[in-house]
Amino acid sequence: MGKVVLVTGVARQLGGRFVRRVQRDPEVDRVVAVDAVPPEHHLGGADFVQADIRQPTITKVLAEHRVDTVVHMDVTGTALAGGSRGSVKETNVIGTMQLLGACQKSPTVKRLVVKSSTNVYGSAPRDPAVFTETTPPKSLPSGGFAKDTVEVEGYVRGFARRRPDVAVCVLRFANILGPAADSPLAEYFSLPVLPTVFGYDPRLQFVHEDDAVEVLRLASHDPERGTLNSGTFNIAGEGLLLLSQCARRLGRPTLPVLLPAVTWVGTALRTLGATDFSPEQIRLLTHGRVVATRQMRETLGFRPKYTTAEAFADFVRSRGPGLLPPTALAGAVDRIAALPFAGGAAKSGAGGDAGRGADNSAHHSAN
Amino acid sequence: MADAKVIPFDDDRSRGSGQRPGRRRSGPRRPGDGAKVREVKAVPGRLNADVPEGAAPGAEPLDAGAAGAVGSGDADARRAGARGAGQGAAAESASVPEPRGGGGGGWDRRIAGGLSFLRRRLTGEYHVDDFGYDEELTDQVLMSLLRPLYEKYFRVEVKGIENIPADGGALIVANHSGTLPLDGLMMQVGVHDNHPHGRHLRLLAADLVFMLPVVNELARKAGHTLACAEDAEALLERGELVGVMPEGFKGIGKPFGDRYKLQRFGRGGFVSTALRTGSPIVPCSIVGAEEIYPMIGNAKTLARVLGIPYFPLTPTFPWLGPLGAVPLPTKWTIQFGEAIPTDGYPPEAAEDPMLMFNLTDQVREQIQHTLYKLLVQRRSVFF
Repeated sequence: MGKVVLVTGVARQLGGRFVRRVQRDPEVDRVVAVDAVPPEHHLGGADFVQADIRQPTITKVLAEHRVDTVVHMDVTGTALAGGSRGSVKETNVIGTMQLLGACQKSPTVKRLVVKSSTNVYGSAPRDPAVFTETTPPKSLPSGGFAKDTVEVEGYVRGFARRRPDVAVCVLRFANILGPAADSPLAEYFSLPVLPTVFGYDPRLQFVHEDDAVEVLRLASHDPERGTLNSGTFNIAGEGLLLLSQCARRLGRPTLPVLLPAVTWVGTALRTLGATDFSPEQIRLLTHGRVVATRQMRETLGFRPKYTTAEAFADFVRSRGPGLLPPTALAGAVDRIAALPFAGGAAKSGAGGDAGRGADNSAHHSAN
Repeated sequence: MADAKVIPFDDDRSRGSGQRPGRRRSGPRRPGDGAKVREVKAVPGRLNADVPEGAAPGAEPLDAGAAGAVGSGDADARRAGARGAGQGAAAESASVPEPRGGGGGGWDRRIAGGLSFLRRRLTGEYHVDDFGYDEELTDQVLMSLLRPLYEKYFRVEVKGIENIPADGGALIVANHSGTLPLDGLMMQVGVHDNHPHGRHLRLLAADLVFMLPVVNELARKAGHTLACAEDAEALLERGELVGVMPEGFKGIGKPFGDRYKLQRFGRGGFVSTALRTGSPIVPCSIVGAEEIYPMIGNAKTLARVLGIPYFPLTPTFPWLGPLGAVPLPTKWTIQFGEAIPTDGYPPEAAEDPMLMFNLTDQVREQIQHTLYKLLVQRRSVFF
């Protein structure tokens, strides 16, 4: 008999994609998709159960469908369609507690996969440059989504202790980007002018949506030979991008703001509804965060198809050009490159200097 | 090619060791020493001149800011072209200036290199490693900004560069002084410009560096990272050359009266990191940095208010305003000592406190002795 997979948080793009993907796997018999609100996208024939994981009804769902694999994806930073931050926190924390309680009572559950985030590491100037799975955060996130994930992981660890027979896999995702991404960072990158923190150029890591779905699938099945898919893993694409690089590749000008003023700008933007500039978002965009992915590659046996740069490039393609498209800038440089070489050495030197000056100003405006 | 040029350095070392017994009868030997020192100094210059394409870059190091790109510029352009081919528009543009560059004029090549550099910068198509190190920016801009200070202002003389291995991880341990961490930056330029393989030094910096705006950004791009065991170990495992100044703020912020007296070497964490990765420890002594800002006082209350470890008072600093922040033009010597291997110890050695203390002391003594030796050889603070 095949497996029965229960997926929470399917009303989101990523949850929906995962449900559609995992259904096609031969070893999966049935997929039970759970969320508090009905999804706008189709679920490819999965059984949708409208249930709030904050309510004990989830126990009944688990028993009724004889679920053996639970994929918990309802740990998110932003509310769907106008929910408040408070309800998001409740879904993240209380929802996880209820779900874990239900799993503990269910004799059929054999595997639990939790979508967490690299937010658990926080980001501070005193942190090491690269976080491994065992690095303790120097300053624990004080609130918001980051704190939720820390608490969720705490409950998951407790569950793993109480039910050692269940394989538990916690996947800490770096910022998920892709054509359909609806994360706060994707919203930020969609602003016409990117406000940045003056004097800081954070290092960012991305993971592509396709890879996110793929690694969730890998974790929800039995491990392949020579790999182990229970434990905690950082999931991120190879390499990293600086925020300034991201802005230039996007072709969007940046607006450096002094750190004390950033909070005001954040509040202003939030009031206007342009983007959710949470404090942890600001800290990420100040100090950045890079995680080590050796465990992911060697123990989990997962190799992302997209590097950080490729994931970002795919995101850029989906968003359309900004105010300063890189191709236009490159074209301008090429035109200058083509200009002075007609003359002799001295003349070209002068022309080149002028070109350099002009470009410097362009560079500054791009900066 | 590079091997032949290195010979004079060996010469230098044999001179150094040969001189050790005769050091006490210092008087008459000194002028001769000076002459030899000058002779040795010429070599890095020559080395430098040979590494790029030889148009006489030695003559114009100041211009390196614009031209630093040139030596590798062409190759870079070609690489950028190859990379760009996949992406579309880039290929033709990069290849436009190339035939000219091949044709002859140094200027054409320079401009082509500069423009392709600019192009990559503007479009964000450059590589940054996990620690935020931007090799291209460091080589072509940041190093070139520091080089005038290195060559003309402090006239840094580097000795014993052959003690730095040609490849693989190594930990360079140096004394720290000078109120502002210019010594680390000069050491970085010194290693890169003098080493036959042009190795890049990755410095470990205090957390204060990563809290300050602008400074943290530049430090990361120049390849520095936080002085913590995790980062040091990760860099050494990647086979990087890591520079550390274990005295930390105690060393850099010590009063002028304590100059060239090594402070406590932290808890010796650098030794256990080297032991864990099996990397050799290269002791390094820097003479000249102590006198750039003679710190005669420390405004502790002000420092506490500003949240910095010390607030220096020098004969010039707060009194002359920004003019007081100009360092004194001292003459520097950076001497790399013989490497101390750490790969012969068993893996559990990193947890053995006695061994750690012994090794820490050994490194510290060696640096201190070399400091005294260099001070005896020094003719004047400024020349």
